[in-house]
Amino acid sequence: MNAPGSLAAYTPSMAISRYAAEYQTIAPALPGQNLPWLQALRAEALAQFSAQGFPSPREEEWRYTNVSGIKKKLFLPSLDLAGSDVDAEWLKSYKLEDAWILVLVNGHFSAEFSVLDGLPEAVTVMGMADALAKQPGTVEKYLGKAADQAEHSFIAFNTAWFTDGLFVHVPAKLVLDKPIQLLHIVTGSDAMATTRNIIIADDMAEAKLIETYVGKDSAYLTAAVTEVFVGLNADVTLYKLQSESEKAYHFGGSYIKQARDARFTHHNFAFGGLLARSDIHVDLDHASECELNGLYLGVKRQHIDNHTRINHLKPYAVSRELYKGVLDDRARGVFQGRVIVAEDAQKTDSQMNNRNLLLSDDAEADTKPQLEIYADDVKCAHGVTVGQLDEKSIFYLQSRCVDEETARNMLTFAFANEMVDKVKIKGLHDRVLEQVLVRFPQQGVNKEWL
Amino acid sequence: MLSIKNLTVNVNDKQILKGINLEIKPGEIHAIMGPNGSGKSTLSHVLSGKGGYTVTGGSATYQGKDLLEMAPEIRAREGVFLAFQYPVEIPGVSNIYLLKAALNSIRKHHGQPEVDAMDFLTLVKEKVRLLEMDEKFLYRAVNEGFSGGEKKRNEILQMAILEPKLCIMDETDSGLDIDALKIVSEGVNSLRSPERSFVMVTHYQRLLDYIKPDFVHVLANGQIVKSGGAELALELEDKGYSWLEEEAA
Ligand SMILES: Nc1ncnc2c1ncn2[C@@H]1O[C@H](COP(=O)(O)OP(=O)(O)OP(=O)(O)O)[C@@H](O)[C@H]1O
Ligand SMILES: [Mg+2]
Repeated sequence: MNAPGSLAAYTPSMAISRYAAEYQTIAPALPGQNLPWLQALRAEALAQFSAQGFPSPREEEWRYTNVSGIKKKLFLPSLDLAGSDVDAEWLKSYKLEDAWILVLVNGHFSAEFSVLDGLPEAVTVMGMADALAKQPGTVEKYLGKAADQAEHSFIAFNTAWFTDGLFVHVPAKLVLDKPIQLLHIVTGSDAMATTRNIIIADDMAEAKLIETYVGKDSAYLTAAVTEVFVGLNADVTLYKLQSESEKAYHFGGSYIKQARDARFTHHNFAFGGLLARSDIHVDLDHASECELNGLYLGVKRQHIDNHTRINHLKPYAVSRELYKGVLDDRARGVFQGRVIVAEDAQKTDSQMNNRNLLLSDDAEADTKPQLEIYADDVKCAHGVTVGQLDEKSIFYLQSRCVDEETARNMLTFAFANEMVDKVKIKGLHDRVLEQVLVRFPQQGVNKEWL
Repeated sequence: MLSIKNLTVNVNDKQILKGINLEIKPGEIHAIMGPNGSGKSTLSHVLSGKGGYTVTGGSATYQGKDLLEMAPEIRAREGVFLAFQYPVEIPGVSNIYLLKAALNSIRKHHGQPEVDAMDFLTLVKEKVRLLEMDEKFLYRAVNEGFSGGEKKRNEILQMAILEPKLCIMDETDSGLDIDALKIVSEGVNSLRSPERSFVMVTHYQRLLDYIKPDFVHVLANGQIVKSGGAELALELEDKGYSWLEEEAA
């Protein structure tokens, strides 16, 4: 379509108008053409994006992350599965055993690669395009209700452009005994995969879900938005394993609404991408609980940004957050964590921690925890650290026969492994572990001994 | 086994060790006593290779080799073991993992194959029983959340499993109650052999009731100011160190 070279002289505003122009050609192929509410929503989102462009570092919540690399390129979506070049063996290495799997290839549901048999009849797991065709009423009830597209233009961008996604609905009281994996893959150079996911767990339901983002070794853009609705006293665990290609751009936002007494746990493993940004925003109702865990590993020139926001809207809610980062070479990690306690949210119990380990002099960690407390009877704690490996610990290990390089790797691994150990799904745990070990390959840690 | 000659050491340009001479033969037990800040830990650290110390003169020869030239892990693999005065907590690394890594490094250093997993477990469990520890400690992170006494016992557990040739124990008895002291001493005594030597830094003569030293040295102000037999420790307990420091001055 467009030779990337010809875009070299592009200015950001030209890029935006180019996207807007492309949109006119692509729009008729997007799902939900017959749904006026969706058409209106998309039009509004496109207008917002056209006016604002991509987020700029001038915005407070983007001040450490410059997405101008994305602006210089023009990523274009695939209209269907045609031309996608999937290596089934490669794909298999990311599929979990003992899970229902929905595969999105270049932003489109692939029935061929998905594994959805044996689902309980009452549970809905389907592609978003299918859901818009078969259950438009339900989708309308939820789409855009947890993610606010006025928030920033990536959400608007996603709303305007999304081609497909995952739609999950677990009815009340149903406990899913196997996890659902969303396997999101991008196979093309300069491709764009814009997907919208909705996960609904009705009252008392329990479900575990895994988002896996991978791609062929090329520059592409993933812009995914996931909205999660956790019903009364329901329990949802969402894992995100972001292993995009090292040339890729990734934006992934997860927006969660928890009803009274609901529990939500998020595990965010941010390993891939040239530039990757995650948003995790949670709204907590009365006595609900959320736990946000994160591990980001940056090497070379990777830039990995995690932005969390926990809204304590009602009393007695509990939030626990621990994000850890390991940054080597010239990598940069960003953590912005906001906890907002509304006036009404008395007895809030909140803890936020961010710890960063810098392995090289050129690595950088920017950490910004923010507490905004409008209630007076609350327990809120937060802490951040940015540091290097402890020399005393290295000597202790050396005095126990371990050479210095291995000692450094052992300590780095141990730092990261605290987050890996929180993964309770065996198959996923092993895969995450594998990826962490790949980052510390210098015969540092012997997997057999763990 | 170990021959220290006129060893002088600086920390941050300040001389801490001011000419140490010490001869340790295989099978001997040497106790080193002395006031706080006299340089006992400094000597232990320099022998095991900790950074931050500058050797300004003298030598330390271990089994005919220049000890001070070796990297810390090489010294450890060659059989030098330091039981720390303040053992370090290593979150995220389990005791058993570290033991396996250490033992296999020693074996590799000597051209031996990795230890068989079953043999290893048998060995470790035997030593855990010897030190009357709970097996659960094996699977906990190294020293993390251990009490002071548990940390010291854990050091001796490692020593018992790694079977070093030169065991340097820096105040292993400090902070141990009498029951723990007896258990630790039994552990140490079970390791005594004609080929293995011990350097025990201590403030308390009581340890020497359980582990009988061949020699007692007094380190004061960076020098060994007096050496004698086990009876010297009793005298020190009686009279303190001031008379020796005066003598040296
Ligand atoms: N890193 C350092 N920087 C500056 N001075 C140091 C350092 N380490 C040790 N020293 C000093 O060296 C001297 C000897 O310390 P060392 O720890 O060896 O004493 P010690 O005999 O083991 O004492 P204790 O009985 O209290 O354990 C002390 O004066 C101490 O303050
Ligand atoms: Mg000391």
